[in-house]
Amino acid sequence: MSPDIFFYLFSALTAGSALAVVLCKNTVASALSLLVSLVGVAALFILLDAFLLAALMVFVYAGAVVALFLFIVMLIDTYGGVRKPFKKATIVASGLGLALLVTGLATLAQRGSIATPEFAGTTAPLVPVGASLRAYGEQLFTTYLLPVQIVGFLLLIAMLGVIVLSKKFEGLEDVK
Amino acid sequence: MNVGINEYLYLSAVLFAIGFFGVLLRKNTLVIYMCLELMLVASTVALVAFSHFNRTMDGNVFVFFILTVAAAEVAVGLAIIVALFRRRQTIQVEELNALKN
Repeated sequence: MSPDIFFYLFSALTAGSALAVVLCKNTVASALSLLVSLVGVAALFILLDAFLLAALMVFVYAGAVVALFLFIVMLIDTYGGVRKPFKKATIVASGLGLALLVTGLATLAQRGSIATPEFAGTTAPLVPVGASLRAYGEQLFTTYLLPVQIVGFLLLIAMLGVIVLSKKFEGLEDVK
Repeated sequence: MNVGINEYLYLSAVLFAIGFFGVLLRKNTLVIYMCLELMLVASTVALVAFSHFNRTMDGNVFVFFILTVAAAEVAVGLAIIVALFRRRQTIQVEELNALKN
């Protein structure tokens, strides 16, 4: 069985549940649809031989991020009450945006398609480049050493920021 | 028909568009945030596809960084939403108009 059918299966799953994220009225249902969508993306990563990224996707996004979203939904009242109808400007703008998007995609489909790179002369069996952990390690600790350190620092700053944001400050002027 | 790089790019564009329209049309801040995440994920799909079909490692490493930054961003953003809710008792964007006028 060719992996093509898996591509279509998982991309339909991903796009369908992404639509459900937008269309569901219930926030919890949106979060769970996001979970399904992210798992579909992880499956696509496996089809693209990026096994480490697929595992990270499931751990970080599906594990941590969606759990965090659900936790926040539980903490706060997301029920909006009566919702106002959309303004006319919003409807016009989104219609215009949709038309632009459809035009762009149709143009891309019609005349410009990116050729899949051919590697002439490589008669050796195709070695998936993203499959080995060793490749990640080599890249991360040589070429991308500075970004790794910056990202580590960013995580530290984010942690401090969350602590500061969620701390209650007494005697602060309330903005109403 | 063989699945090439174009199919992955179409999927990426569609996912990005869905996230974009979610950001435009939804009123709930939490759902807007989920749609932002969806847009980030759409870009990672394109990067991994490029990386796979060009047989280079750089796209995969970029996705690695995007995952890290997205995790940090979600933590801070959700803390901001909780702080906002504590102050204003609402997270609907149309009621968050303190800067108006």
